[in-house]
Amino acid sequence: MWLGPLANVLARNTPPCSAVIQLFSESLDHALPLRKRMLLRLHFLMCKYCERYRQQLLFIREAVRQHPERLEGQDSSPTPSLSPEARERIKRTLAGKEQ
Amino acid sequence: MEPRQLSDPETWTDQHGDYLYRCALLRVRDSALAEEVVQETFLAALQARDRFAGQSSERSWLVGILKHKVIDHFRKAHREAPRDNPQELGRELDTEGLFDEAGHWKLGRTEPLEWPHNPSTELERKEFWEVLKRCLASLPPRMATAFSLREVDDRSSEEVCDALNITASNLWVILHRTRKHLRQCLEGHHFGRTAA
Repeated sequence: MWLGPLANVLARNTPPCSAVIQLFSESLDHALPLRKRMLLRLHFLMCKYCERYRQQLLFIREAVRQHPERLEGQDSSPTPSLSPEARERIKRTLAGKEQ
Repeated sequence: MEPRQLSDPETWTDQHGDYLYRCALLRVRDSALAEEVVQETFLAALQARDRFAGQSSERSWLVGILKHKVIDHFRKAHREAPRDNPQELGRELDTEGLFDEAGHWKLGRTEPLEWPHNPSTELERKEFWEVLKRCLASLPPRMATAFSLREVDDRSSEEVCDALNITASNLWVILHRTRKHLRQCLEGHHFGRTAA
């Protein structure tokens, strides 16, 4: 089979997993040059662990972007809330400005 | 749909104060500062209330203003304070030894596990969010802030760099460490591998 030798060649020519996940994270924040994008793609094809890592990071990103309210919501215990002093201060300030 | 109307500003604090406080806390990670941001948000909203178009709910309108106030706050704070060394941020989270000397996952110990893949049901689970919140809370504040602005609020890298007064390459390193930590934390406490 030609796939074995090919995989070896590819493996020698893509960076190790530790560098791949750093590069992948970077690709979420700015456009990488074509060569680096290709390296990433090849590595993900060959390495199921890095491929999982990629999907899981994208899953986390989608989760928090689509449901920010779940991070801000009150279904946690204890629920952070304004202190009574701050609440009073804010009310007073608002009332003062409104007039 | 009828354009919505704003409620009486006197009721805002009771209606939205706690919610906005949690929004602010997620992003600034300091309770006194979060309270300040809430107050500034209400004041800005009061001034801008004639421009409320009624397209969104009162609460999401207020949250939008709050996000701007958070960015303003960081810009101001970093103009006034000397910068720390962003390269050091989260370095202690980096010592977990995920990789062997050749840079490969340590099989049976650190390689990413398969997560049960039904994202929509996962996102419905309260436990998932509880764990994610705890994982976020375990980050150093500036890392959590970088994550909130970039990932939650979808601000561009340039905006986040500007707000935090760091270079792009510093931001990439910080976000890489943050994402790596959060993924591992979720896997350790929610998706299966005990004691990551």
